[in-house]
Amino acid sequence: MNPARGSLLGIEHLDTAEILKILKFARRMNPDKPRPLLKGKRVVLLFYEASTRTRSSFEIAAKVMGAHTVLIQSAGSSIEKGESLLDTGYTLRAVGADIIVIRHPNAGAPLVMAQHIDVPVINAGDGLHEHPSQALLDAYTILRNKKSFKGLQVSIVGDIFHSRVARSACHLLGKFGVKVILCGPPELVPDIAATIAPGVRVTRHLEDALRGTDVIMLLRVQKERLAGMQIDLPDYISRYQMTTARLKMAKKDAIVLHPGPIIRGLELTSEIADGAQTRILDEVHNGVPTRMAILARAVGRMR
Amino acid sequence: MGNHKSKSGSSLLIKGGHLIDPAARIDAPMDILLKDGRVAEVAAPNQIKGADEKFDARGLIVAPGFIDLHVHLREPGQVYKETIATGTAAAAAGGFTSVCIMPNTAPVVDSPEWVHWLREPERGAQVSVFPIAAATLASKGAILTDFRALQRAGAIAVTDDGKPILDDDIMREALTRGAELNLPIVQHAEDVRMTENCAMHAGAKSFRLGLRGMTAAAEASVVERDVHLAMQIAKSRYHVAHLSTADALKAVRRGKRANARVTCEVTPHHFSLTDEDVGDYDTNYKMNPPLRSASDLEAILAALADGTVDAIATDHAPHAAHDKEIEFERAAFGITGLETALALAITKLHREKRMPLARVVELFTAGPARCFDLRGRGSLGRGCHADVTIFDPKKKWIFERAKSLSKSRNTPFDGWKLTGRVVATIVSGKIVYPA
Ligand SMILES: [Zn+2]
Repeated sequence: MNPARGSLLGIEHLDTAEILKILKFARRMNPDKPRPLLKGKRVVLLFYEASTRTRSSFEIAAKVMGAHTVLIQSAGSSIEKGESLLDTGYTLRAVGADIIVIRHPNAGAPLVMAQHIDVPVINAGDGLHEHPSQALLDAYTILRNKKSFKGLQVSIVGDIFHSRVARSACHLLGKFGVKVILCGPPELVPDIAATIAPGVRVTRHLEDALRGTDVIMLLRVQKERLAGMQIDLPDYISRYQMTTARLKMAKKDAIVLHPGPIIRGLELTSEIADGAQTRILDEVHNGVPTRMAILARAVGRMR
Repeated sequence: MGNHKSKSGSSLLIKGGHLIDPAARIDAPMDILLKDGRVAEVAAPNQIKGADEKFDARGLIVAPGFIDLHVHLREPGQVYKETIATGTAAAAAGGFTSVCIMPNTAPVVDSPEWVHWLREPERGAQVSVFPIAAATLASKGAILTDFRALQRAGAIAVTDDGKPILDDDIMREALTRGAELNLPIVQHAEDVRMTENCAMHAGAKSFRLGLRGMTAAAEASVVERDVHLAMQIAKSRYHVAHLSTADALKAVRRGKRANARVTCEVTPHHFSLTDEDVGDYDTNYKMNPPLRSASDLEAILAALADGTVDAIATDHAPHAAHDKEIEFERAAFGITGLETALALAITKLHREKRMPLARVVELFTAGPARCFDLRGRGSLGRGCHADVTIFDPKKKWIFERAKSLSKSRNTPFDGWKLTGRVVATIVSGKIVYPA
């Protein structure tokens, strides 16, 4: 079965016209001005993984638009008792879910759900695969700061391999001809990463990634992951941490993004985190109108 | 060792066909008389007179009964996926008259009692069943099983398939004991320390899908170690199951060049598909070893042609829908394969790559028979077992998994347009397919 219309499973299979439509609609959404486009609808937030910002962002977006939201988290639910993904999906459909927003530790899980249940499914992050709403809100944030995608260079620094945010960002930016530079050690940024989308290349040198760049996207580095891969943390910091001095290598008007949560003193210094070029809190703020657009689109009300 | 006895005195004459018997170096029109479960006579057309029954094989290829070295029939313990009766019915439909069955059942076949049990007539086998027993107790990789007792009970090889025999000392000891008994050690070559949580081949596709990938090195390093051991241990016999990478082939070539008794098999899916075919998390493309890169596939095609590969084996691995219709990373490894193997070989190897039909037949007959020393099989010389596979190499058809005789439906080949189809399968002189 094909996924229900309005599903958002990833950026990879979305075309540029559709992306621009979502971004344009998002610009019209104002979280402070309720728009009852989802009045009477049931939005199920099915979270198999803990999440603060993505979950609350979807929840607020749904409520602003007049929907009822139901939060199902793995702890304490039938999921924990071993119910299969599809059985959970059938149950949610039976209780009248109009939209299922799903976060799952396994890549491709939202697609499995969408292939079997005729309810729009929105991927709120699946394993290492995609995080489409994050890529859209980042695109939204970039376009609030830059005139267009034309001629832009975006440098993504950090743990690309384990990052669904990076994969979705590469797909989205690649479709618009943005030059994307992935930067980090081979353990976190395998050479093969360059094949993910057109215009993507890999570098090991931060200077190479930063020189003349318009957007710097930093990714969280998980200490426990580094330990598992036998990467020397001080060495990582000395080579890849974003500092005020290093930021000067980028364009003067370059902005710094980070999907969060940030770890001060690891992938970035406090000066960067609180600096004038940083847009991390804007991203959080922009998450709500972007997700309002995504939810409106799910029920065919993105007009 | 076959489970079938034809009525004493009954005879079957296969007339008008084109016999391809690579072991006997025959590739010519021949008639064949089967009697008392054995090949009684092979002669030029119209020379043999008088038989109880005749089979008109005009326009068809007549070959020794196919042998599948690698089949999971799930008995004992997982009869919801397959049984010996249903799996061997699928085997017969695919032209296989002998299947070598894997011990990773529940419980693991690690005792002579279970080997006997598998061979009991009550199992309802439609073709000859040759158990491969576990190499270590419960296939835990720690303590070797009693090879001699297992062999006496009817095991033709040992393996821990599903898992590798990883420990150096255990592998050395297994090859040494196997050498004393002329018993092949079958390796599932996967360094599981390198493949934890991996769901497919490590490459561009796995990166894109966000799936952790199994590297080619995880297979090749085990084969390299084993070939090295096989070269050191006199008379040891080593067989690589479902070989899938170019680097593992290099190690096999090295062993063969050094005259070590090293053999290997390749599956139809590894010569037909690559990792890119996994598409959007289609679990019918999830198997272990995984579908590999295009360059691995090229190397496999070359090795099938040049003789490095000894046999085509299906690694038929049936699973129920609920084992597969789940998250890709959690889905079971494996696909069914008995009913599509010949057609894939003809379509992909013979028609697309111009492999002579005689070589295709060899990979299903003489090749596998040599790997595990299946005496009197894999050839249709006088006195051999009356196991015959008759097929139409030009027949075009569409495989529909809904019509499969297997209990399970987990195949990526549903709806494939294929060329080459089994017309009849004869076991011990008796036609078992069509039933
Ligand atoms: Zn195996």
